[in-house]
Amino acid sequence: MSCIRSIVAVSFLASIGVSTAVTAQEMIPDTTARKQPLTTWGVQFEEFEYRYSDDDEELGVWNADAFYGTDDFKVRLLTTGEYEIEEQAYETLENQLVGQIPISKFFDAKAGVRFDTPEGPDRTYAVLGVAGLAPQWFEIDANLYVSKDGDTSAELDAEYELLFTNYWILAATLDASVAFSEDEEIGVGKGLVSTETGLRLSYDLIDRAFSPYVGVVHERKYGDSADLAEADGGGTEDWFAVIGARIAF
Amino acid sequence: MKPRFLTGLLSLLMPAMVLAGEYDLTVDRVKIDTGDFVKEGIGYNGASPGPVMRFKEGENVRINVTNNLDEMTSIHWHGLILPFNQDGVPGISFPGIKPGETFTYEFSIQQAGTYWFHSHSGFQEPDGAYGAIVIEPEGREPFRYDREYVVQLTDKHPHSGDRIMRNLKMMPDYYNREQQTVGEFFSDVSKNGLMNTVSDRIAWGGMRMMKADVEDVQGFTGLINGKGPDQNWTGLFEPGERIRLRFINSSAMTYFDIRIPGLDMTVVQADGNNVQPVNVDEFRIGVAETYDVIVHPKDEQAYTIFAESMGRSGYARATLAPEEGMEAAVPQLRDPARLTMADMSGMPGMDHGNMAGMDHGDMDMNSSEGMSGMDHSNMEGMDHGSMAMGKGGQSDPFYAKGSGLVPTAANGGKFLSYADLKAQDPLYEDREPTREIELRLTGNMERYTWSINGVKYEDADPIRLKYGERVRFKFVNETMMTHPMHLHGMWSILDVGADQWNPIKHTVSVQPGTTVYMETEVDEPGQWAFHCHLSYHAAAGMFRKVIVEGGPESAQAKTDVLVEDGGEV
Repeated sequence: MSCIRSIVAVSFLASIGVSTAVTAQEMIPDTTARKQPLTTWGVQFEEFEYRYSDDDEELGVWNADAFYGTDDFKVRLLTTGEYEIEEQAYETLENQLVGQIPISKFFDAKAGVRFDTPEGPDRTYAVLGVAGLAPQWFEIDANLYVSKDGDTSAELDAEYELLFTNYWILAATLDASVAFSEDEEIGVGKGLVSTETGLRLSYDLIDRAFSPYVGVVHERKYGDSADLAEADGGGTEDWFAVIGARIAF
Repeated sequence: MKPRFLTGLLSLLMPAMVLAGEYDLTVDRVKIDTGDFVKEGIGYNGASPGPVMRFKEGENVRINVTNNLDEMTSIHWHGLILPFNQDGVPGISFPGIKPGETFTYEFSIQQAGTYWFHSHSGFQEPDGAYGAIVIEPEGREPFRYDREYVVQLTDKHPHSGDRIMRNLKMMPDYYNREQQTVGEFFSDVSKNGLMNTVSDRIAWGGMRMMKADVEDVQGFTGLINGKGPDQNWTGLFEPGERIRLRFINSSAMTYFDIRIPGLDMTVVQADGNNVQPVNVDEFRIGVAETYDVIVHPKDEQAYTIFAESMGRSGYARATLAPEEGMEAAVPQLRDPARLTMADMSGMPGMDHGNMAGMDHGDMDMNSSEGMSGMDHSNMEGMDHGSMAMGKGGQSDPFYAKGSGLVPTAANGGKFLSYADLKAQDPLYEDREPTREIELRLTGNMERYTWSINGVKYEDADPIRLKYGERVRFKFVNETMMTHPMHLHGMWSILDVGADQWNPIKHTVSVQPGTTVYMETEVDEPGQWAFHCHLSYHAAAGMFRKVIVEGGPESAQAKTDVLVEDGGEV
């Protein structure tokens, strides 16, 4: 034992000293951090991967978000992009900055702006969305976009994780986008525009901070958007083998 | 560290004699080696855990605490009855201890038994800032022992407290590695049939709740007196001796089920207060609780002290042996605990009628855990009127009927229940409470928010009590987690249905889906903290300030300077 103890007989003056200290004490207001809303942050790359298509196309792809804030209000930066390695060009590049507030037990509402700056014409949209956990463990992110020119579109992302073990996880994803008006310049036709479905098998190597995965991704364009792609000399359907990692810090 | 002797001069002049002791503690950055990993942490006098502070009942203590950190710190004397400004909660008792500053705590020791101390600043306690307190009683103790050891448990995690909190906020299941898998689905199908299993998964998925939500923070190494399982803390004994083991759970988040295969344990004290002796094979120690047990090993052999976490994700281990280096077999961890619909029954808006069908699937699956007698018509939780005293761990009135958390002894013997705890010597006269205050324990696992009556501490008014009243607190656990509720400064008289023999505690565990009552004689003026002792639940908002208004003139605190208005009750 490293604390030193000395016991001596002293008068009851000692105990009077204690009670005097109490009388002098005031009940202070709590101004510590505990009484303030807890501010927190996080960065997650749901996808950070290399894609190789059945047409020998090679892509570097990420889909990430970073947040900072409290339970009541968070600022979230969402970024996603597809980089064509051979052509050294961004096929897609989207950045969103949104504010996020809880609206129900499991869902948040988001509002903000989205900037698309890929190779080719840029776009700016206003974003309104909801994100959260639906029954049966589906992670949902649904957004409505209105471009500066008044073009409207919507996007739905859903994800489900199947636990083979507590470390081997199969994630199924579906992204679908729908346009309510045509934006020919960027290859968007009215109606269902495109879907991207993926299956990724990951292993949690370092906590949930670094989880390498392999998987397959299927991309398809539909309707007028498919016609626009074909007219442009592009394909309407791609299969990719992917290798990458989920990252969180 | 030099002892400072108080002058004896005055003592010659004054007739009344009291004991006084002076102690020094430094708060330091330390290295913590668990055997599994080495981590920077916080300790006292250069080590984590800190020293065992040994006081004597009736002693006036002066404790000089020097902060060698580069951040604010504090020490809370957990379970000690003292003036509120000595209680060590920053923002409630005092402003805290600045870097480089020495703060002197001064109070008189009015009690005896096993307690502990820890920092109440940030996540310093999970980071290692804790130690034990042993108070020798003035009088004779109602039990006999030849030797005693402090057995202080913690759940040391490789991540810092700040990082754990952030990860839980980002992904509430970040640390949960006991989740249900595809494999468990198929083993449930073979046990309960496909339809039962599918409807069970759909029911839980519909609630967006996990049956595996028993331990938020897994991946820790259980330590006993700072030693990991491989480092094997060892307490020596001579065969035939009676050994008093002072168990203290200083974990941030982990409940432990403790047994010593081959030895009966006699529980003689809980939370520092003597209880009528109970012989048990195993007991569950909630976060911040203490239990003193007496064991009587007669053989020249080693015994393993095995402390399995409630969710079975980890364990602590130590040894009692006649000689250093001897060891006994270390048991295997049992299967992970699974919540049942009964544990969800406290949640508002749950429709049990619709759930009865698939609940039977659970019941079959867990029949070995003692699910007989499950009654869907009566899931309100504990009911004192029909309280059946737990006798073999098969049922326990402090768990929801049919709960998946009801503990059973590994050897099939007696598992301690709160219902077994009876005060040895009641501290207070039994009287009718003057009023009841309902505290619903609330939260949202997916957002990792925790609250009381749906309000987090940051948004809450203080709970106001009047000096001299006896308040009956009604805890209603509406979450699926167990919450160890700790009221500072005043005793919690746990209602186990034994009237004046109800045990006196400082920390009361409230299991999911249950209602638990405790009474408090409001006999200490000032303001106090009242919170869930799971570190990350307290930090996420399951915390209150309690203000005691009025009181004797000499000790009365100045209430007129308060800036806060209103109050919860």
